[in-house]
Amino acid sequence: MKTSSYTSTWVKMAIIIGIILLFAAPFLKIYPVFLMSMMCFALFAASFNLLLGYVGLLSFGHAAFFGGGAYIAGYATKTWGFSPEISVILGGLAGALLGVGMGYLAIQRKGIYFSMITLALSQMVFFIAVQAPFTGGEDGLQPIPRGKLFGIVSLESNNAIYFFVLAVFITGIFALWRVVNSPFGQVLKAIREHEPRAISLGYDVHRYKLIAFTMSAAMTGVAGGLKALVTQIASLTDITWQTSGEVILMTILGGIGTVFGPILGAGLVKSLEDHLASIGFPVPVLIGIIFVACVLLFRRGIIGELEHFLSRKKT
Amino acid sequence: MKKLMASLSLSVCTLALSYLPTSAQTVSTTPVKIGVLNDQSGVYADYGGKWSVEAARMAVEDFGGEVLGKKIEIVFADHQNKADIGSNIARQWYDVDGVDMITELTNSGVALAVHDISKQKKKIDMVVGGASSRLTGDACHSTGFHWTYDTRALGVGTGGALTKAGGTSWYFLTADYAFGYALEKDTSAIVTSNGGKVLGAVKHPLNSADFSSFLLQAQASKAKVIGLANAGLDTTNAIKQAAEFGIVAGGQKLAGLLFTLSEAHGLGLQAAQGVVATEGYYSDVNADTRAFADRFFKRTNRMPNMVQAGTYSSVLAYLKAVKAVGSKDADAVAAKIRSEPVNDLTVKGGKVLANGRMVHDMYLLEVKKPSESKGAWDYYKLLATIPGEEAFFKLEESGCNLK
Repeated sequence: MKTSSYTSTWVKMAIIIGIILLFAAPFLKIYPVFLMSMMCFALFAASFNLLLGYVGLLSFGHAAFFGGGAYIAGYATKTWGFSPEISVILGGLAGALLGVGMGYLAIQRKGIYFSMITLALSQMVFFIAVQAPFTGGEDGLQPIPRGKLFGIVSLESNNAIYFFVLAVFITGIFALWRVVNSPFGQVLKAIREHEPRAISLGYDVHRYKLIAFTMSAAMTGVAGGLKALVTQIASLTDITWQTSGEVILMTILGGIGTVFGPILGAGLVKSLEDHLASIGFPVPVLIGIIFVACVLLFRRGIIGELEHFLSRKKT
Repeated sequence: MKKLMASLSLSVCTLALSYLPTSAQTVSTTPVKIGVLNDQSGVYADYGGKWSVEAARMAVEDFGGEVLGKKIEIVFADHQNKADIGSNIARQWYDVDGVDMITELTNSGVALAVHDISKQKKKIDMVVGGASSRLTGDACHSTGFHWTYDTRALGVGTGGALTKAGGTSWYFLTADYAFGYALEKDTSAIVTSNGGKVLGAVKHPLNSADFSSFLLQAQASKAKVIGLANAGLDTTNAIKQAAEFGIVAGGQKLAGLLFTLSEAHGLGLQAAQGVVATEGYYSDVNADTRAFADRFFKRTNRMPNMVQAGTYSSVLAYLKAVKAVGSKDADAVAAKIRSEPVNDLTVKGGKVLANGRMVHDMYLLEVKKPSESKGAWDYYKLLATIPGEEAFFKLEESGCNLK
């Protein structure tokens, strides 16, 4: 993709302004807890998009990694008294572990069968979460203490944990962006476009898929772990198939296969859920209508449509 | 790709800006704000839902609309049965919007989450719709209250009173998760301590659509009472299918351990007849409860169940305490709520224990046959009144360390 130097400076400016705004948010009296949970879901959607957007694999079981990460991170801080950064890493590891297992089984099949296998396996993880004593059943794991970062800095205040979450969020998005824009990412895109051809070129497609699946699951686990620290709850909501559906909605709404589409999508869906909660109109109905409108009217998603529009204007 | 980054940054800015106005209006003319937080679109939308908001408004009107010379405001939100949405809203209400008290809190998971946030932020919460007796047990705190009912009272009410009334053998249909086990265990203990026998139990998965095999086992057990240790859609599905199997017609009783007037209305008398349940409010007890039900009906075109009546009662109790103390200070108001007896249109002679538990009489009710019902919303007959001291845990039994 060619971009003129004029646009690229403009873009860099915009990114810098965006990051500055995110850093300044707590001082602008924007409510940090909401922004934090938005960032957790944005990271979740962005990691999901790594699979759907760049490898063309529609996983219907990503909630298992999100919820798994949340439970493990929550349990680590609450019961073992680990510091938050270790807990979040443990959440990521839990996601990766589940991801290797689920991914290995699921990538044996393609298309709808792949999606069904991920759904079935994630339902098994859900069942464990319902039954296992350490998850607290339908009450969830709560209250989860936010703990002390590196054992020193207390994250109990909203502003303190905000910067921790922001740091993890930016690192996570940057890591995903690097993966997508690396030779490895190019191979993933090749697999998405034409799998037999990638095989004929000598790429071990299975291995690439499994690595991408595991990366996506690990990052999702990190997002889940963060969420557990922010909201101080890990509950069954995080691990139900509805959450898997919600992340698909976020990604499609924002734009599949764009780095920032899922972030915008997550922001939109979470803002809707939050703002509409007090207008007395059933929220799922409205989100459903938006989803239908999106699929019918702008199938590339918001950012995808915008990208398409701009590139058409240019030529 | 870079263009996308630009649009992202733009969207972040707009999103961020859209949050500015809400936070700017924080502390200008501090009215007394009460938040009603519950499920308004999901499985519990009729169980509490927007009708609870209406009940809270009635309480404010009955109080005169003002306290400490300031207007009383009601805000409400739909937590969509998600504990993280619920806790986000509660935090935002306490931190930004200046809400002083949160009530209703249907869904134990959300209730426990908000209960803990209230503890951290030193704010008052009064749970009405949530069931777990943990709220005034190991999760209790000095500014948290649990009104109307809990799992223990339901077990004592339905389990104890029904056993005494001759339902001496029980069989449970238990939802296969912690809530179901807890209900089954607590109720079994009460059944056996009243001289009854538990013949067995069958576990069914959460959100079952087909209860036939479970119901056949229950029917074959020949137990006099089939206890439904489940909630929401599982309860109503089980009752509907039990009607198809002719279980109640065959002489067995169905005991809904978490069943209210709203579920009876949703099922209709044909399916729900003969179900025995415990509620903390019944419209036809005395002149006051009837007056409350009539007024509620005029506003909403439906009769209140215990959750809606309880919301009314909790809001009124809070406002009375604020007026008596002369400030919104959470500790002082909470102490006042504890020390005052609870008397309003829906509750008589209630008292609040140190753990926040409001103790009052519970009612054992049976759903009428269609032939007995005199008209719309005439669903219940009163079998027994259970004194509050029997229904609820005593302070030392509750597991709460507040004195």
